[in-house]
Formats: sequence, structure tokens, C-alpha cells
Amino acid sequence: MYVAVKGGERAIDNAHALLAEARRGDPGVAELTVAQIRAQLHLAVTRVMAEGSLHDPDLAALAIKQARGDLIEAIFLIRAYRTTLPRLGASQPIDTAAMRLMRRISATFKDVPGGQMLGPTFDYTHRLLDFRLAADGPGAVPPSDTPRAMAAAGPVPHVAALLERDDLIEGAPRDDTPPPDLTRMPMELPATRALRLQALARGDEGFLLSLAYSTQRGYGRTHAFVGELRIGWVDVAMEIPELGLAVTIGEVEVTECETVNQFLGSRGAPPRFTRGYGLTFGQTERKAIAMSLVDRALRWKELGEDGTGAPAQDEEFVLMHADNVQATGFLEHIKLPHYVDFQSELELLRRLRAETAAEPEAAE
Amino acid sequence: MTGPGYNFAYLDEGTKRMIRRAILKGIAVPGYQVPFSAREMPMPYGWGTGGVQVTAACLLPEDRLKVIDQGADDTTNAVSIRRFFERTAHVATTTSTTAATVIQTRHRIPEHPLREGQILVFQVPIPEPLRFLEPRETETRRMHSLEEYGLMHVKLYEDIARHGTIATSYAYPVRVEGRYVMDPSPIPKFDNPRLSDCAAIQLFGAGREQRIYALPPHTQVVSLDFEDHPFDPGKAPHDCDLCGAVDSYLDEVITDDRGGRMFVCSDTDHCTCRRAAGHSGRLAAPLPAGRA
Repeated sequence: MYVAVKGGERAIDNAHALLAEARRGDPGVAELTVAQIRAQLHLAVTRVMAEGSLHDPDLAALAIKQARGDLIEAIFLIRAYRTTLPRLGASQPIDTAAMRLMRRISATFKDVPGGQMLGPTFDYTHRLLDFRLAADGPGAVPPSDTPRAMAAAGPVPHVAALLERDDLIEGAPRDDTPPPDLTRMPMELPATRALRLQALARGDEGFLLSLAYSTQRGYGRTHAFVGELRIGWVDVAMEIPELGLAVTIGEVEVTECETVNQFLGSRGAPPRFTRGYGLTFGQTERKAIAMSLVDRALRWKELGEDGTGAPAQDEEFVLMHADNVQATGFLEHIKLPHYVDFQSELELLRRLRAETAAEPEAAE
Repeated sequence: MTGPGYNFAYLDEGTKRMIRRAILKGIAVPGYQVPFSAREMPMPYGWGTGGVQVTAACLLPEDRLKVIDQGADDTTNAVSIRRFFERTAHVATTTSTTAATVIQTRHRIPEHPLREGQILVFQVPIPEPLRFLEPRETETRRMHSLEEYGLMHVKLYEDIARHGTIATSYAYPVRVEGRYVMDPSPIPKFDNPRLSDCAAIQLFGAGREQRIYALPPHTQVVSLDFEDHPFDPGKAPHDCDLCGAVDSYLDEVITDDRGGRMFVCSDTDHCTCRRAAGHSGRLAAPLPAGRA
């Protein structure tokens, strides 16, 4: 008899119980703590913070644990939490020149004021599995005299600012217009650059990586150099109306990338370098570099360049498909029952086939 | 409340006000897609976040909520959404179409005619009826504002030229009060006639696409067609095997691997009510004693 899909209620409860069991895994193995995830899976934590648009390493670590390590699921958990938080106000713009640097490199100059600092990077490691890490125990402990902070005292100027002094790169005029809030307004197209950057900052790392890569391979080429990449901590200050002054209320870890791009000039504009910009929470340099390349590619109209129809130049295509929480939801929803629609297609198909069969051989 | 920190029906009052404004605008301009700032909800996009937000903005503590998916109250996602509102709004729930004040639906309109005072909330995946003809939002909005619907008619005409019939069986486009062409959400075209002159308010929420649109009560809704190819709602040539209904939308259930199949009402409440009233189909088992 007709039993299909009955008992949905019990099925859901059972699925949730199985999920909890699978999350815990073998009870003979010690359970992961949120503190361990936060401390030892820092790059996963920062990706969840960046694409979840919420700087809270503890919650991001919790989300990773709850999501069984599925980072898009963890990002989704953070987004769904974040959206319920009240907006108490907006901070002042962060000053990335005053960043407490952990890493800072420029690919365009051998040395720059403030120095080059590799920081904790995979860049020059040999990708050989380190079996010592598989052995239980403390593993390789760094010598205690590893220098941690080599940063110059005081603000470190941006590399692009050095080029700007000689008018070799376009300016970055100060703009005090309050930026739109993508999480409080529907996306409006065409978008301002502020809105675009906001969407890219929340966008999926993999999607932006592939788009940026496509520009390097000629689909909307922008000849990008990493003018500067810096990672570190910046103060967040907020104007307190009762006090009449701005007070530092905390600090956030951010990655900032500024590309220097070739630009041959156009009608009325002399040749000079142009910029692409990326800023993301945490230590997320692949994402920040990709973001700055895509930002630059999207600026073609503003700079009077030719549209080549490349995907990375297509604002609507990029912005409408960059969000992985939206994308994964819509993609996976096709798992949900569709038997009403399918039934109507089935009936249509049967009718069309019956009509074809009834007709004499069509002369084609 | 689910616990500290969550408002009645989950969304904060500021968000609800924003959604209600969008709904009112939608009601004032029937069939027009109103942009709204959809929030991330605790269920994924594609699971009905638009519908859930519209329902959350409409719910009052005294409401009685019904949630259906594919016409049924007991499909997993309907159960999940009903539970969500039981937890976050503590509203009464029901499976009865007539007893409900708010009905959230995915892919169906209940068989029983709706009455004045009821709200039917549709979950919408792609609100733009022109989307698969023109992928760009900037372009389709312009087409709507200029009432430029030729492309849609060409598509329907090409269907007829190729298949002899309009080969769209669900999400069949409609024209609202002679103005906006609207996507009725992926309901089977069988349900389209019920959109028109409906006594209830019909609201459509698309979360991921950030759009709300509406049909106020007794709005004229016409399924697109041609004079020589009039709209045909279509129906499987069967009766319900459980309740014997001859005029309801049917699900096909495969019962064995030798081609055995049965047809049952997709609207579970409709089928249950008919059986309780003594109707019986080809394969109906007697109702358990004390039921209904």
C-alpha cells in the first residue's frame, strides 16, 4: 500500500541522531575541542570568518566542529547566526597602514620602506608529508628564539602610495559616502565598487580563485602584479556619541592585497598603473589576491577599457554567483521532493509520445 | 521562543517591518517583483527561505499554520518548516486547509478553495518568468517595465511549432490583471486556474533571489496562451485510487518492479477528508477505527 514519504517526522529525528553520532565518530578517539580547532586549524577558522562575514574565531571554530569540517556548512552556520545580531553601529574605517604586521611582501620592489617579512607562509616549504606530525606527541616544536615580531615601529606605508607620489598609479581618492550594506539591502545592479568589494569579500574562495585565474589566462587580462600583500591585526575604533570621541573597541585580523596593473591609457587618460583591491578577514591571502584581481577586472568600464565579454568582467555574472551559501543551497535543494513537477513532466512526455506514435511516419 | 535572543517567529521586528513593506508594495502592484533584503535563515537557500520569511512576517500569535510540500503535510521539508514555527512562534499548526489561517506551500495550491482571510505563501526558487529566456536581471527588469513580453510569446509559439503544444507543464507563466507576466512558482499548470479570483491573499517569497510578489484577493490571473491554442490545465487520465476523486491533482506511485502503479491525490488533506466523508477509491483500505 501507499507508504512513500510517510513518517517524515520520525525520519528527520533519526537522521539528526545519526548525524550527531557521525559527528562524534569513534568514541575511543578523544573528542576535538573548540579551542584546539581555533588554535590548530587557524586557516580553516579564518576562511569561515571571512566568508561568514563575522570576526569571531571561537564561533567559527564551533561552527567547524558542528559542521564536521565542512567549511561551507560552517560558513552557513555563522551567516545564519550573524543575521540575527543587532547592528549597534558602524566602526570607523580601519587603518591598514597601522596594521601590526605578521606578514608583508611586495612582488614589485626588492625592498620597500618597512621591509619585506615572510611570516608564517607555506610559500617556500617543500610539500613533503611530514610523518613526524602523524606520530603522537608534541611534534616539531619551533626553537624558542624564532623572532615573532619584526615589524617596523609605527605605521608602514603602502607600496601603492609610493607609486602614487610620482603619479605613476591612479589615485585612491578618499570617499566618505557610507557604504551600502549588502546584508541589509538587496543587491542592486549595476553595483558601486563598494558594494562589489563587499560581495567579493563574502564570496566563495574557490569561485574567486577560478575567476582570477581565468583573467591571468587571458579572459579579461589585467597584467596584475602583487604590489603588496599584508596580513596582521588592526584596531577597530568606534565613535561613542556620549563621549564625543572614537574609542578602540577591539582588533581584527585581516589580509589586504593591492595589485598594480598595467594600463595603457585611454582617451584623456595618460598611461599609468591602476589598482585592484582585496581585503578579507583573517589569514586568507589566496582569497585576498583573487579578490583584487577580480575587482580590477570588473573595473573595465570605469577605466574605459574594452569589454571582451570575459566572465570576470561581467559584474552581474560574478556578483550573482559568488556567494557559496546561496549557491550551495540552490544547488542542493534539488534533493528535495519534486514529484509534483516531475509528474506533470511525465504526463506531458507521455502525451507527446502518444501523439507522435499516433501520427503516420512524418516525411523528414 | 526557542531560547534567549530570538524574537517571535525568529525574525527581529525591524526585519519583519521591512518584509511587510515589501509585501504591501507587492499587493499594491500585483505581479510586480519587489526587491527585499532577504536574510540568511537557519535553513538553506532553496529550502523555502523566502516563503519562511514571508510567513514569519505575516504570523500573529493567534494564527493557525499549515505547511505543505508537494501538496502533502508530511513530506520532510514541510515537517521541518512546521516545526520551525512551532519552536520559534509557538503558533498552533494544522493539516486542515479549511482550519488554517496561513498556509505555506511548495509546488501546490490546496484543492479546497481558499476563503477570505486566509494567506497562502508560496516558496519561489526563480521569481523571474523571463529568466530562462534572458539571464540578465538588468535586462529582464527593463522588459517588465516596458511590458515587453514578445520573447515569452515567441517561446510559447516555438513550443507549438515544435511539439504541437505548449511544452511547459509547471511554473507556467501567467499575466496578472493584464499587466505583469508572473511566475506562479513551480506549481503544476493544473493549479494555475486557482490563482485567479482567489478569495485569499497569495504571497510569493524568493529568498535567494531577494524578491517578493503578491496577488491580492480576487485578482485576475490569466495563463498565457493563444486563441487557437487555448490554455489546457491538463490532468492525468485517472481517478484517485484512495478516495476516488476525479478532479484532483494526482501523484503517481510505483508499487512494484513489474509496472504496477497507483495514482493518489497529491493533496493529502483533501484525500483524507474525502475518505473520512465516506469516499473510496479502487485500492482504498478501510480507515483505521476512530480515525477522522
